Amino acid sequence: MWALLWKDIRLELRTKERMASLFVLALLIVLVFVFALSPERLRSPDVSAALLWVALVFAGMLSLQRAFLVEQERGCFSGVLLCPFDAGTVFLAKFAGNVLFLTLVQVLVTPLTLVFLEVQLSWSLLVLPLVVLLGIIGFSAMGTLFAAMAVRTRAREVLLPVLLLPLLTPLLIAAVKVTSAVLAGAAWPGVWLRVLLAFDVLFVITGWLIFSQVVQE
Amino acid sequence: MKTFAPFADRVLPWLTGIAMLAALGMVFLYVPTERVQGVVQRVFYFHLPAAWMSFLGFFTVAGASASFLWQGSRTADLCAQAAAEVGMVFCTVVILTGSLWARPIWGVWWTWDPRLTMVAILWTIYAAYLLLRILGGDSEQVARYAAVLGIVGVLDIPILYISVRLWRGIHPKVEQMAPEMAWTLLVCTAAFLCLFAWLLWLRLCHLSLRAEVAALRRRAVAVS
Repeated sequence: MWALLWKDIRLELRTKERMASLFVLALLIVLVFVFALSPERLRSPDVSAALLWVALVFAGMLSLQRAFLVEQERGCFSGVLLCPFDAGTVFLAKFAGNVLFLTLVQVLVTPLTLVFLEVQLSWSLLVLPLVVLLGIIGFSAMGTLFAAMAVRTRAREVLLPVLLLPLLTPLLIAAVKVTSAVLAGAAWPGVWLRVLLAFDVLFVITGWLIFSQVVQE
Repeated sequence: MKTFAPFADRVLPWLTGIAMLAALGMVFLYVPTERVQGVVQRVFYFHLPAAWMSFLGFFTVAGASASFLWQGSRTADLCAQAAAEVGMVFCTVVILTGSLWARPIWGVWWTWDPRLTMVAILWTIYAAYLLLRILGGDSEQVARYAAVLGIVGVLDIPILYISVRLWRGIHPKVEQMAPEMAWTLLVCTAAFLCLFAWLLWLRLCHLSLRAEVAALRRRAVAVS
């Protein structure tokens, strides 16, 4: 698993394509919202939370597609599957790679967004990294599973969001709720964090178990 | 599938027709008008059974998908697809009848109540499933992907339910019903169940015929 993950990381270090495109895309989405909405609106924590997550979801879709396209284009994925470990390991490696890249992008994008939106700094913001990380984990678990499917069909660009977004709804509802509570400076939003955590656990395990069915040739 | 065929072909259409007529008769002639909501409440006898059938469709998809993935039965794969299509129809019926009822009672066609949200999302999951089938083509791989989606979709339901209920909450719950109403509901559910089974059966026959034709055509091409 580490070898596979390391391979993806090295590929990224050499080209830096994926990180750069993700970062710019996420930033652009935030900017489009900033231009589209009036300044009073932007100050509401609900709007800021929604905006953060919309940017993350779109950047995430792109990242997921890149993760499998690199190998799909020259038929290298068959090589990966021929390696002597089971498909669950491939899933975990791809999943970890996605979590890593998305987290790195969010380390840059989230603070910038907070600055653009003039969010008041408070101690409750310290929970935000945890929330974003939990969201990214759930998103990547589900996303890795479906991206592996979508890249092998004809209509890959359309299919990934169509398949993924409905299933992600519970995650997104929970994530936006926690984020807006945190931005509003509320106390520990325990219930929603638990929903997020439940989602993460369930989908990492499901993906790990079911991935072999997806990549079978 | 063979053993079930004579029953499904001869009995199901008649059973569905009679049950539907009985259901219509009870909804419009037998059951008393609800005191508070008035005549519009009668749509409920179609709304609730349709909702149940759309859930049944969902679980049929998941069950058939699991059977296809782990036992490799082709019929199960076709059954999953047929159930998704029929479930989608019932899901649409739920949303339409619900809107018709909500407009006079709540004053809006649509609101983001937990159950409405839930049905809307289930509808999009069905839509994604069918789109995958249509856009993906007819290969073995796509069948496997669809099966994975069918199973993950059902796993999603409990979390969806929790998060949507925590999110917001005005859908009426049925606490007590007059016996006439309960009977009408029962007959309507039976009628919808027959309709569900019949549609599923027709679609399954159609899909397996299509698969057979495709196989024959491939063989003809290979021979020539």
